[in-house]
Amino acid sequence: MSDAHAPLVEASATRTVPDAPLNPVIEAVDLNIYYGSFHAVYDVNLAYGKNEITAMIGPSGCGKSTVLRCLNRMNDLVASARVEGTVTYHGINIYDPKVDPIEVRRHIGMVFQKPNPFPKSIYDNVAYGPKVTGMKLESSLDEHVEWCLRKAALWDEVKDKLKESAFSLSGGQQQRLCIARAIATKPDVILMDEPCSALDPIATAAVEDLMVELRNDYTIIIVTHNMQQAARVSDRTAFFTARPDETTGNRTGLLVEFDKTTTIFSNPSDQRTEDYISGRFG
Amino acid sequence: MSTTLSDVQDGETPPINLGPSSSRLGEKAIVGWLLLCASLSVLITVGIVAALLGDTIRFFQRVPLSEFFRVGQWAPWQGDFPVFNLVMGTLNITMYALIIAIPGGLGAAIWLSEYASNRTRKIVKPVIEVLEGVPTVAYGLFALLFIAPMLKSVWPTWLPGKLGQEPELQFAGAAALVMGVMLIPTIASISEDAMRAVPSGLRQAAYGLGSTKMQVALKVVVPAALSGIVAAFVLGISRGIGETMLVLMAAGATPNASLWPNDSVLTMTAFIARTAGGDISHGSTEYYTIFAVGSVLFVMTLGMNMIADFFVRRFRETYE
Ligand SMILES: Nc1ncnc2c1ncn2[C@@H]1O[C@H](COP(=O)(O)OP(=O)(O)OP(=O)(O)O)[C@@H](O)[C@H]1O
Ligand SMILES: [Mg+2]
Repeated sequence: MSDAHAPLVEASATRTVPDAPLNPVIEAVDLNIYYGSFHAVYDVNLAYGKNEITAMIGPSGCGKSTVLRCLNRMNDLVASARVEGTVTYHGINIYDPKVDPIEVRRHIGMVFQKPNPFPKSIYDNVAYGPKVTGMKLESSLDEHVEWCLRKAALWDEVKDKLKESAFSLSGGQQQRLCIARAIATKPDVILMDEPCSALDPIATAAVEDLMVELRNDYTIIIVTHNMQQAARVSDRTAFFTARPDETTGNRTGLLVEFDKTTTIFSNPSDQRTEDYISGRFG
Repeated sequence: MSTTLSDVQDGETPPINLGPSSSRLGEKAIVGWLLLCASLSVLITVGIVAALLGDTIRFFQRVPLSEFFRVGQWAPWQGDFPVFNLVMGTLNITMYALIIAIPGGLGAAIWLSEYASNRTRKIVKPVIEVLEGVPTVAYGLFALLFIAPMLKSVWPTWLPGKLGQEPELQFAGAAALVMGVMLIPTIASISEDAMRAVPSGLRQAAYGLGSTKMQVALKVVVPAALSGIVAAFVLGISRGIGETMLVLMAAGATPNASLWPNDSVLTMTAFIARTAGGDISHGSTEYYTIFAVGSVLFVMTLGMNMIADFFVRRFRETYE
């Protein structure tokens, strides 16, 4: 591992965050999500601010990943999934029948929990997106790949082995490669589902630094189980929990509280949030 | 310093016995049986090669290599032994069959693996696997009685040159067309297995980057499954080269050195079947031709597998 990572550029605590997202890039309004007849997520209303990092936290199974996948229509790939309500991206409802989900995903990229590089070379992994989307690049493809790898703080580690298989990298390097691959299509928003859960503390720190760095150009939405991580990197935090249905006993996820990260972690207004962040959840 | 088990045990702990609790004879017997099965298949293979080799050598004691490998008309009954026309016959039919079977099989596999709904796949996959088991004599009859006359009647005779000539009752194209269709299930089924084994995380990554369904299939899934797909092609080619009944029935019996689909050809396999089934005297030179041609067939299939192996190694994209 390289030790070239700068410490966190600015801790969230010292950053001034407006009380409400000023110009939200994505807004979920009355979002209800079902898998078949199972009501997975109930009535979520959330706004994700531009150039902010929004964290979604909560106990396992409360629907964080489900909500995240709805934001770029990745849930279309699950045959049984159904969405009610609206998700707007710059004011356009992405569930409008006229909207092409492929186009949505070109604007809203995604990084997954388990590093999933393609079984291709490091170079080809990053070049994949620009190639399939037919992007018009200002620079050459080589320069663009270098730019992405630099952004993902991976360049120094891989610049001499770009033609080698992505599987020759460590797990942490693979995850940063996946981030480089995601920014290669120049999305506007990056969704990250527990991007550090498979990584060691050093690799995690590298990815966290990267998120903070990327915030200047992108809007980032991250799902995490690591509350220190949410506290360290995010500007706003949404806390979800699951509530059992009285009749069926199914656990439906819902949004409990959404506020500035500093407020959520120092002065939450809901008892359930306080119990969860202080570890008294049970 | 060496420590034995009894040194470790001091007087207070009860003695521990870590030796086997029984002789496990049954287990040893089963392992022996498995070993026997494995060696049997190796022995049979070696036996076939040895039998082939012995009689092939006897053939070449009578007919020089230069005669066997010269370009010329195959007519063993009058002392002409160039295998060239038989090889051409096999190449002719296999080539046209693959032109149909490879795109057809790969297309079917991509559709099944990436486009079909789970319900459709659960119905279609077993049907395809049943089709693989249809006896080739059934395909042969179909080619002879239905496809050949039909192709003959609609043959584009307005085409210039050789291709415009109406074929005889049995011809390469009819056998190749049916063989191509016959190979589609084999290629489709094995390729589909390989494509389904590609982790769904790779597909999700590709969709997440804004790929279309076709891009996911062709740029991510097919390259990741390439070694399995090439294996399917090789199996298809080997089956095509080795197919006997269908070509015996539908391709004719004239050993033409022709790559035209409207010519009658005699393949290596069809020659072997005809000659072995006819009344030839054991020990005659004609009898030994069977083994010489069989060896050529064996070497071609082996070479095919080696080329495929090379390609798989060279272009494989392994995922964990
Ligand atoms: N593809 C699916 N089909 C059916 N049900 C699903 C599917 N994916 C998730 N669910 C259900 O939806 C609910 C929410 O799942 P989700 O994965 O969104 O939770 P999560 O908050 O991300 O949990 P974790 O923290 O463990 O990742 C769970 O009850 C889960 O069983
Ligand atoms: Mg999850």
